[in-house]
Amino acid sequence: MGTAYTPGLKVSARTTIEKLRRLPLKGKVLVNVGDVVTPGTVVARTELPGVMQTVKLAERMGIEPNEVAAALRVKLGDSVAVGDVIAETKGLFGKFFRAEFKSPVAGKVELISNTTGHLGIRQAPTPVEKDAYIRGTISKVIPEEGVVVSCQGALVQGIFGVGGERLGEIVIITAGPEEAITDSHLRPEHKGKVVVGGSNVSASALRKAASVGVIGIVCGGVVDRDLMDYLAEALNQPGFDIGVAITGQEPIPFSLLITEGFGTITMAARTFALLKSLEGQVASINGATQIRAGVIRPEVIVPQGDTILSAGTDKSDDESGQLAAGTPIRVIREPYFGILGEVTGLPSELVQVDSETMVRVLEAKLQDGRTVVVPRANVEIIVG
Amino acid sequence: MSDNAHPHASTEPEQAIDTSNIRSILATDCGSTTTKAILIVRQPDGTYRLTVRGEAPTTVEAPFDDVTVGVVNAVREIEELSGRTILTGVDGRPNTPENGNEGVDLYLSTSSAGGGLQMSVAGVVKAMSAESAQRAALGAGAIIIDVIAVDDGRKEFQRVERLRQLRPDMILMSGGTDGGTVNHLVEMAEMLVSADPKPRLGIGLNLPVIYAGNKDAYPRVAELIEDRVALRQVANLRPTMENENLLPAREAIHELFLEHVMQQAPGYSKLSGWTSAGIMSTPNAVGKIMQTIAEQRKINVLGVDIGGATTDVFSVFRGIFNRTVSANLGMSYSICNVLTEAKVENIKRWLPFAVSEADLRNQLRNKMIRPTTIPQRMMDLQIEQAVCREALRLAFDHHKSLARGLTGTATEKNVGNIFDQKSTGQTLVDMMSLDMVVGSGGVLSHAPRRDQSAMMMMDAYQPEGFTLLTVDSIFMMPQLGILSTVHPEAATQVFERDCLIYLGTCIAPVGVAKDGDPCITVQFKGETHAVPFGSIKVLPLGFKVGEDGEPETADITVTPARGFDVGAGKGKEVSTTVHGGVTGVIIDARGRPLQIPTEDGQRITKLKAWLNALNIPLE
Repeated sequence: MGTAYTPGLKVSARTTIEKLRRLPLKGKVLVNVGDVVTPGTVVARTELPGVMQTVKLAERMGIEPNEVAAALRVKLGDSVAVGDVIAETKGLFGKFFRAEFKSPVAGKVELISNTTGHLGIRQAPTPVEKDAYIRGTISKVIPEEGVVVSCQGALVQGIFGVGGERLGEIVIITAGPEEAITDSHLRPEHKGKVVVGGSNVSASALRKAASVGVIGIVCGGVVDRDLMDYLAEALNQPGFDIGVAITGQEPIPFSLLITEGFGTITMAARTFALLKSLEGQVASINGATQIRAGVIRPEVIVPQGDTILSAGTDKSDDESGQLAAGTPIRVIREPYFGILGEVTGLPSELVQVDSETMVRVLEAKLQDGRTVVVPRANVEIIVG
Repeated sequence: MSDNAHPHASTEPEQAIDTSNIRSILATDCGSTTTKAILIVRQPDGTYRLTVRGEAPTTVEAPFDDVTVGVVNAVREIEELSGRTILTGVDGRPNTPENGNEGVDLYLSTSSAGGGLQMSVAGVVKAMSAESAQRAALGAGAIIIDVIAVDDGRKEFQRVERLRQLRPDMILMSGGTDGGTVNHLVEMAEMLVSADPKPRLGIGLNLPVIYAGNKDAYPRVAELIEDRVALRQVANLRPTMENENLLPAREAIHELFLEHVMQQAPGYSKLSGWTSAGIMSTPNAVGKIMQTIAEQRKINVLGVDIGGATTDVFSVFRGIFNRTVSANLGMSYSICNVLTEAKVENIKRWLPFAVSEADLRNQLRNKMIRPTTIPQRMMDLQIEQAVCREALRLAFDHHKSLARGLTGTATEKNVGNIFDQKSTGQTLVDMMSLDMVVGSGGVLSHAPRRDQSAMMMMDAYQPEGFTLLTVDSIFMMPQLGILSTVHPEAATQVFERDCLIYLGTCIAPVGVAKDGDPCITVQFKGETHAVPFGSIKVLPLGFKVGEDGEPETADITVTPARGFDVGAGKGKEVSTTVHGGVTGVIIDARGRPLQIPTEDGQRITKLKAWLNALNIPLE
């Protein structure tokens, strides 16, 4: 591909962060542009319509569907409570063998069908609230749908994660980016914290994190089998697999964010250094990942300062992601997977690599001193 | 099965374009990973030929959220390579018509980006109307995310919950023959009322629902749901037990796809305004090409388009077209789903080297999370090609289960077939009568060596008897599919000369024996070749000199050993004419079903021998 843009994952000490907080259905926005919000501020609210429960009245009462109307004691739009009599047969001479039918659910009568003899009772709606998730300022209101919350702060995007939105203080628990998190690193004082480690989190460490009440784990990698086994166990679903990688909804007690990939991979030094500089501060963390159709990457956000932004503040970072000589990169596939470097050349002609594939390549000087040729598609630009 | 079961000419844009003076054609296909552009130019002799190709990452997602950005990037590559200026129209769109060395006469596009068209289908009986509904939706280019039926084994509340969670782009509702059941349809409508489902895209919009069931039930269904959804009635897709009428439902799906879904996808309404015809869904366009090949050559065809997210399989057997989409089998986004479904040992069985399960799993996960990366080492390429074999196999199994005759019909018995125990609903796929395999998609079209594509298709499909193997040269069938609806002549010329690459004929006897036992003897070009069981031999047969891509043909006589069949019966000789190609005539004596040693060392030795036979490098 001639168009070489490879926007990498953002790792930045200070950048403009915008989070869209959108309801799943139309509802009411509760804040205005310029309002300052905290992570727990409810910014929008709606009601998810209740499920309509179908009561098979004709079948249950032993009457024909066209006899249901005469038996009904309720009409469309009526509210009923559990146990209310909703239908009654006249019985013999209006006296004997009268049968009555009581509502099994509470709600509003929404459907009466002479065809099927069914009655539909719509249960009460479920309130759905959207909170701000991060400390910041409302920079945009989308009427009836949601808002955009903006702030200045530190942002670390991961490559993959599991678990949803959480809030906790950052604690560094390994000596450096190459040290793996084991269960001995995790102690009771880490309850409610976002723990940051190095190259890996072991299967037993995942279990220990859950037992001590850690709410977030950030590290370089995780062995695929360890994570799948933990999830299968935690979700009580033997053989569980993340399939096509749409995550974030797992009912597990913490969110996990890996910065580099699957396996044991040293966390990029500058990512580790940035997280270390944020130790003791409260972070918003979200493991939600979606690789396909609407890419979502997991993230750690630490708003900085007062976070007050005026509406319409421009983004400070250039995300065009054009490769050029001198661009800092990270290789994201074997044989140089995970190694950082700098672009030294961008030959325009196609080059045959070891797999015999003809591709556009770049020349790079890696941090370990080697000069290598890699497909352009196999690097990401270090952003931030 | 009735003629109505042949959904020829699926949905296609109705165009009134004067093709008499088309000099240049730009066509793009926006895939889930990559946007591909081709430029076709009329030559001085009047024929149309592919001139250049460009590609760029698809930009339907953040931070771009606009499919036209990727289109412009791909076309810019075309501009650089061809020296022609194209993007000079309003808003930087492709300029039409051509003016000197600027612009093009025609701009067309297909798309499968943004998750494609995701549908739920509903029918009364799972194996009857719900299955017909699946065929209708699949044939229209949809991905089926749920099949609802009265006998699907779920409780009603489970169906309602599922419908709410999934948020499909559209629902196809069917069931009941005309004059048949009404109650089940009304119950289904009640279920929709209960779920009150919302579409995936376009907050606040009504969900499109196509009703293709018993026409007598429609008034009652409409009474229940027409205020809540965007309801449209079409002819019953199963008007009688013995008839299937899929075309009206398919047309409605395509129209609603363009009207509702595409208009909500990022940048699509803009892209629609740029094109000379409506945007066609990629699978629809590829299906068009497969049907054309089968019709023009009067052959049985099996086609595949293996992408990053999904694998589409097409077949035409006895004139009946079928298409299936395996939504979660693909080479990048869905690669780990292949791992889950196929199991790690089935992927490892195709690798000519030892690898630990942990390394293999981690490597595939890393491909999933960084889907656009390219294998740099030979072993990484071999791992991807091993996954491809399994994705092709699984998608083909799925296809065979749906490409079948109607179930539930009464079969007329006579003295001749009274002892025939075959039930209705048999698969239409018959490997011995298959004439041609067409492979498309990045992993097949861009394999460094064409022989690797031939081997992947042989391993995955295990063709029987005589089968011509071909691939799409650079993955441009979608663009030619939409072009065939506007300018069939140009589409055919480019397809024949620039798109279809002949790999050769695979000759595979059905049967098994011990390794090294006699299997097949071939008389070819005055020589006799005995090929023992468990091996592959390639006989050279290439292309005609001076004719673009036209394969050589040659007469061949094949004598299978006792117990083996190449189409005429066990041990019966067959004389025929075969086509050559990049690989040649491949005598595949590995057995059907294919016999792979289970012991690692023996398996690796065998794999290496087979790959060597096709001159495929090992490292």
